[in-house]
Amino acid sequence: MANIGNSTYELRYLDELSQKDTLVHNIHPLIKLIVSLSYIVLAVSYGKYDIMGLLPLIIYPIIIFNLGDIPFLPIAKRTLIVLPLVLGLGIFNPIMDRNLVTLFGNFSLIGGWLSYITLIIKSLLTVVSALLLISTTGIEKIIQAMSQIKISKIIVMQFLLTYRYISVLLEEITNIWTAYSLRAPAQKGIHYQSWGPLLGQLLIRSYDRAQRIYNGMVLRGFNGDFYRLNNNKLLFKDITYGVLWILFFLLVRFYNIPMLLGSIMTGV
Amino acid sequence: MHMADALITPIVGGAMWATSTGVASYSVKKVQQDLDEKKIPLMGIMGAFVFAAQMINFTIPGTGSSGHIGGGILLAILLGPHAGFITMASILAIQALFFADGGLLALGANIFNLGFYTCYLAYPLIYKNIVKKEMTKTRIFVGSFLSAIIGLQFGAFSVVLETLFSGKTELPFNIFVLMMQPIHLAIGIVEGLLTAAVVTFVWNARPEILQSSSVKISNGVSYKKVMVILLCATVFIGGILSWYASSNPDGLEWSIENVMGTPELETSGGIYDTLSNLQEKTAFLPDYSFKIDSEAKIESNSPINGGTSLSGIVGILLTLAFATSIGLISYRY
Repeated sequence: MANIGNSTYELRYLDELSQKDTLVHNIHPLIKLIVSLSYIVLAVSYGKYDIMGLLPLIIYPIIIFNLGDIPFLPIAKRTLIVLPLVLGLGIFNPIMDRNLVTLFGNFSLIGGWLSYITLIIKSLLTVVSALLLISTTGIEKIIQAMSQIKISKIIVMQFLLTYRYISVLLEEITNIWTAYSLRAPAQKGIHYQSWGPLLGQLLIRSYDRAQRIYNGMVLRGFNGDFYRLNNNKLLFKDITYGVLWILFFLLVRFYNIPMLLGSIMTGV
Repeated sequence: MHMADALITPIVGGAMWATSTGVASYSVKKVQQDLDEKKIPLMGIMGAFVFAAQMINFTIPGTGSSGHIGGGILLAILLGPHAGFITMASILAIQALFFADGGLLALGANIFNLGFYTCYLAYPLIYKNIVKKEMTKTRIFVGSFLSAIIGLQFGAFSVVLETLFSGKTELPFNIFVLMMQPIHLAIGIVEGLLTAAVVTFVWNARPEILQSSSVKISNGVSYKKVMVILLCATVFIGGILSWYASSNPDGLEWSIENVMGTPELETSGGIYDTLSNLQEKTAFLPDYSFKIDSEAKIESNSPINGGTSLSGIVGILLTLAFATSIGLISYRY
């Protein structure tokens, strides 16, 4: 139950990060969305033994962390959350795949371990890039990008309202949880007989609250549209930002940079 | 059971995105047709409700594993299938963005796994049929219990298929299925009981909430049309993204190889040939992963190629040094 308090904190934390005023924060959200998606597709498109090719991809998060002034440790901590899933599903790789794979010259490794490590690197890179997107962009701008690419109004509004109501609801749950634990002090978790009534109560309360909020919105002139003041135009810097990243991604995808650098340096 | 980005290939991810987008646009159309304005904030709060409920992890007795509810069937029962699906999609999008649960590329797959089977399969076929005659407490309980379990079983199986088609892990099909289905049966039973308890509670306290969501049944947009559009979108996206296809045997080929003795099923003629020809022509990306198996053994017998090995190591070190210095420079900035 402690993680409910945590998630309220998480949401606020990422919200606050996204309020900063840096180069990356000021890039058009649509461009950032495209760059992030391309990065993820690029990362997962590498072959399962291709650790070396993957390495240059680390440059993208490093630059965004610094230019966006995003603290590293909190994001890294959140990134590790997904690791158990990937570790669990990938553990069969070293067991099932006993092929010998040549790394360089005469240095070989069991393919399963290589692909396991590649999988872990890929999952860390993809998760970090998604978290960096939200912590440099924020929900409002994501929504702005969504409506700009003509995603249906219902979906956009649903997305925004769900996000807004989460903190309302989490507070409600904390209240219920406090009340319950005060009445049942020595109990671990919620007794199964109370699950239905407690969740049901929460639901009905939320339902009523939603109605009141809606009435309030209508009284203030809500008719299904959100109006924004900010300018959504794509500027030159936005396009440059996008083009530069895409060029970098293409470069990294088509040339094995570590191998190339190595050959140049050693003259082989 | 959220899929992660790293476990999925662009082809599978893209195809699932296309499919989920198709289903979503169908449900948006349906919601717009019979839009009750009051439903919009209700959808928002229900999304937040399920979002919060998904955070509570139950321990599954005797397995050491834990799971959380999907909530799709609860949404379908309280909001109707179309609004339920949209709500599910927005919950998963928020989770992917803010909590790194699931991923952006895997979002389509997750929406399909958790939203489609519950809202468009379990809800109309099971729940609806059970409560069709009359709404009683027992019928509602049984209906929501069964549809939660079955919806989750389909979702779990879908995760297995997507993982295998992606071939990022070496998990054999049968082992994976044997792992996933029973554990999700256990989770499904817990989810079923919980959903049933909540729905019957709401039925007792506020029967009108349940009635208002279940009056209308689909008419207008035909399923056939939607299915055709979905199919076209899937083939299109799959075709484009198969440029990225790796030539390493993937998980599915691997399991086929074990069963049949050959890595590919014998298929001939017609659309299959056309498609594989097309794929050969469009696959322009060079496959430069490391050499595998027999080639590797031959190579290790050959004279040591010190040059390549050295340049590999130097290259890796240089890349890392480059990355670090870029980090330092941009930090200054």
